[in-house]
Amino acid sequence: MTDPILELKDVHSGYGSIKALKGISLRVYPGEVVAIIGANGAGKSTTLMTICGIVKAERGQVIYKGQVINTLLPEKLPTLGLCQVPEGRRIFPRLTVMENLRLGAFYRKDTDEILKDIQKAYEMFPILGERKNQEGGTLSGGEQQMLAIARALMTKPKVLLLDEPSLGLAPIIVQQIFNIIDRINKEDGTTILLVEQNANLALQAATRGYVVETGQITLEDDSTSLLANPKIRAAYLGE
Amino acid sequence: MDYFIQQLINGITLGGIYALIALGYTMVYGVIQLINFAHGEFFAAGGYVGVILLSYFAGRGLMETHPWICLGMSFMLTMGYCAFLAMGVEKVAYLPLRNQSRLAALLSALGVSIFLSNALMLTQGVFDKPYPGELFNGGWEFGLVTISYLQVMIVTMTIVLLVSLNILVFKTKMGMAMRATAQDKTMSALVAIGSNRIISLTFAIGAGLAAAAGIMVGLYYGSVRYDMGFVPGIKAFSAAVLGGIGNITGAMLGGLIIGMVEIFGAGYISGQYKDVFAFIILIAVLYFKPTGIMGVNVDDTRV
Ligand SMILES: Nc1ncnc2c1ncn2[C@@H]1O[C@H](COP(=O)(O)OP(=O)(O)OP(=O)(O)O)[C@@H](O)[C@H]1O
Ligand SMILES: [Mg+2]
Repeated sequence: MTDPILELKDVHSGYGSIKALKGISLRVYPGEVVAIIGANGAGKSTTLMTICGIVKAERGQVIYKGQVINTLLPEKLPTLGLCQVPEGRRIFPRLTVMENLRLGAFYRKDTDEILKDIQKAYEMFPILGERKNQEGGTLSGGEQQMLAIARALMTKPKVLLLDEPSLGLAPIIVQQIFNIIDRINKEDGTTILLVEQNANLALQAATRGYVVETGQITLEDDSTSLLANPKIRAAYLGE
Repeated sequence: MDYFIQQLINGITLGGIYALIALGYTMVYGVIQLINFAHGEFFAAGGYVGVILLSYFAGRGLMETHPWICLGMSFMLTMGYCAFLAMGVEKVAYLPLRNQSRLAALLSALGVSIFLSNALMLTQGVFDKPYPGELFNGGWEFGLVTISYLQVMIVTMTIVLLVSLNILVFKTKMGMAMRATAQDKTMSALVAIGSNRIISLTFAIGAGLAAAAGIMVGLYYGSVRYDMGFVPGIKAFSAAVLGGIGNITGAMLGGLIIGMVEIFGAGYISGQYKDVFAFIILIAVLYFKPTGIMGVNVDDTRV
């Protein structure tokens, strides 16, 4: 296989005295969809935040395209093609939909392309076009998730990290969102690292998966094997 | 009636100046939830740099030949100087405390305020420094109402600055980034907005506006003094609180109201209490509506 586009090597991190990650190692290869599943508080979000440099890695390395990135400032990473849609979507509530999208392209200088990309976002999510002058905070949960994804796409990511995109959404919206994720991966070739509580959903979308428990990877396998694994079925698929 | 109109004009002039200062408090609070107690010192520094430059131009006779160019240059250089001063202060005194408690930064701000005010005293002396006197004498008279050229200049300049600021904050990409930083710094970083840069910019803009106000006050009252930042600083802070701290439109409105109340209070109640009215308003706002006129709730900060 080729080199991983994103790799974590024995990453430790946390919040002051709380050790949230205790040696996470994982690899994501170009073009893959990889899932991270685990219970509440296992450290899934912390893993993504550590990759993005928001939470500092205390030990170990985060390597993106062969470069150690955990020493860089977090705001540098989207310019390299690494972007996250965080848990809870974090739309800028008092900026309009259009402004939220525009800020996704904050570092870009290609004004004409940016305008085209905003139009593309409206084609991908027509509801955002209808709501473009509305404040982000007034959107429904599903619309906010769409906006969060569209905003992240404005950074032109090579690797997209998604934290619980299905959280709190109706099944039909979840289906839409996952169709889009699939499209982003297939059509644009964007690599995706997907965190989900909904293990079933995540493993159907992904080719491989990692299981996180209390800050450590306890299992790593193909999605099909994980879906068939009795332990996983018992712990995460509610059987 | 004439008296009323005269007071109204004076009130607008003063209110605009307070609005300019209040913006610095409110914008800095909006992005980092810090009451920058040193903000009044940027205003004072502006008053001094202004008088130094204008006196220099006047001494060379340039004020007579090119008054507008001299004035424009003085404003620009002064605002630039104070903007850099504020960015320096931010780097030295606030940035290292960013992840500490808010109280730490607040105390640091108090320290900076004392430091800057003393630096001004030591370098410029304790006595009033007069602005070159012959600037903008005269005005228009309508019966008993006088509008001086100086007032027109100050109000015009204030409007230009306030409109420019609104365009910057609400129409440009930098302004968007500023509002985003105020709303969610982590998310801002995830879309490549470096909050330190934006915070630095916010300090610079706030101090630039305060510096312009400093020159205006110097021109208006004819002189500056090293401790001139203190009282107007607190009044402008009251204006920012009145408008809803963190809210830009609120600060403009608050400044105007405080200026009006001060002038009308002095004119119709008592001139000796003119400094008291702003504080009465501050206390009343904090008591009855701590979120101010435009504020929604205290945690809902906005730029
Ligand atoms: N800001 C924080 N300060 C202190 N502790 C935190 C913070 N954020 C997370 N933690 C702790 O770190 C651990 C891992 O949290 P994390 O948010 O990564 O879990 P998660 O797997 O994403 O959970 P969930 O599925 O509920 O989102 C938890 O024990 C949590 O309490
Ligand atoms: Mg989480």
